[in-house]
Amino acid sequence: MSRVGLVVVSHSAGLAAGVVEVAAQMAPDVTVVAAGGTAEGGVGTDFDAVVAAIEQADGGAGVVVLYDLGSARMVAEMAVEVADNTRLADAPLVEGAVAAAVSAQGGADVTEVAHAAEDAAGVPGSTAPEVVPDDAPPPAEGTVLAGAIDVAGGMSVAIGKPPAPAEVVVTLTNEIGLHARPAAVVARALTGLDATVTIHFKDAAADGRSVLALMALGARGGDQVRVTAVGPQAGEALRTFQDLAESNFGE
Amino acid sequence: MGCTAADLVAAIHAAATTIAEHRVELIQLDRAIGDGDHGENLDRGFKAVLAAFEQSTPDSPSAVLKAVATTLISKVGGAAGPLYGTAFLRASAAVKDKAELGPAEVVEALTAALGGVVARGKAEPGDKTMVDALDPAVKAAAAGDSVAQALALAADAAEEGANGTVPLVARKGRASYLGERSAGHLDPGARSTALLLRTFAEVAAR
Repeated sequence: MSRVGLVVVSHSAGLAAGVVEVAAQMAPDVTVVAAGGTAEGGVGTDFDAVVAAIEQADGGAGVVVLYDLGSARMVAEMAVEVADNTRLADAPLVEGAVAAAVSAQGGADVTEVAHAAEDAAGVPGSTAPEVVPDDAPPPAEGTVLAGAIDVAGGMSVAIGKPPAPAEVVVTLTNEIGLHARPAAVVARALTGLDATVTIHFKDAAADGRSVLALMALGARGGDQVRVTAVGPQAGEALRTFQDLAESNFGE
Repeated sequence: MGCTAADLVAAIHAAATTIAEHRVELIQLDRAIGDGDHGENLDRGFKAVLAAFEQSTPDSPSAVLKAVATTLISKVGGAAGPLYGTAFLRASAAVKDKAELGPAEVVEALTAALGGVVARGKAEPGDKTMVDALDPAVKAAAAGDSVAQALALAADAAEEGANGTVPLVARKGRASYLGERSAGHLDPGARSTALLLRTFAEVAAR
């Protein structure tokens, strides 16, 4: 399968290489190419190097380009304008590159990968609003669902809430819990399934496909997380998470 | 009298000399509120343009402007590369198929250049950028009856506009990170724009 490639444009060769190192660790099958510094090895951006990096990163599924600031954005913009199937992601460089890499590893297309990077802004520490599973199908009229019954004035009234999600409680047995690599393993495994999966820990909740949101939960070894899933493959998604947790996320 | 490809090449040679002479001044302006590379980058860019002309001399005004654009984009390394590069590229497209440029074509080229800078850098007048020199220059040039007069009016307006950036607080570019502390300094991009237009005006007046 050909995956979306990534290019990291920075004023500094060292910074670009470092971001590539961090992002590539999360996504072993994604081509991530650095385009940092000027041709003379100084601080700045090199248009020709960015164009060459895009060509190198494109395995047929297109490329998403991330940048640090100022001229890097403009140079990246110009390079994207002359390339096919390439998108710019207006995202924080490190978080965006990590989110994009995981998304690309899961087989997302150029637009989805760019969105994954752009959604990475402001995720850590939040009970991310992205976790609310609002795309579940509404129940058929007249059906009464568990958890969807409101008692008002002694009368039971069926209201149009989505079906109650399936859920499991899982104890994390690996030492670092849902951190970097395990979070990426979970996000990758869930990306291919037709289910909205939410991982709950303490008062926070995270989209199971968002590696940054998962990391922000701060769930460590020994902690218990509650996993809920909605959608046609909800059951499979929960089993997948349980299996991964039992195998210590491959650690 | 119109402006031919050879006239434009002469103007670019003169521009390279001007930038080399003002290299240190531009570096110092940029060091005060930016990353200090504007003079160095532009000097390298224009020297690379002259080297490209030695390889092959373009034979139409549009081709000259395009060669300047692609070389600056490749060689400058800082924000001036994509900004001036896009300016020259748009100017090149605006005078496509013209063997000689009259005052109307010069104004069209300047207008297109401004459009390119604004599209690339997303700056507006008052943001303390090269737009503050180029925008009034384009408006002033329209009153010129000859290429030399149009460019002289543009240069006057650009200098005034550049000097007007001194009290401004930067809202775009590296200087914007300084916030209020960017006030009290001349914007290096506006300064280099004024220098280039003054040089073009002087060459046209010969």
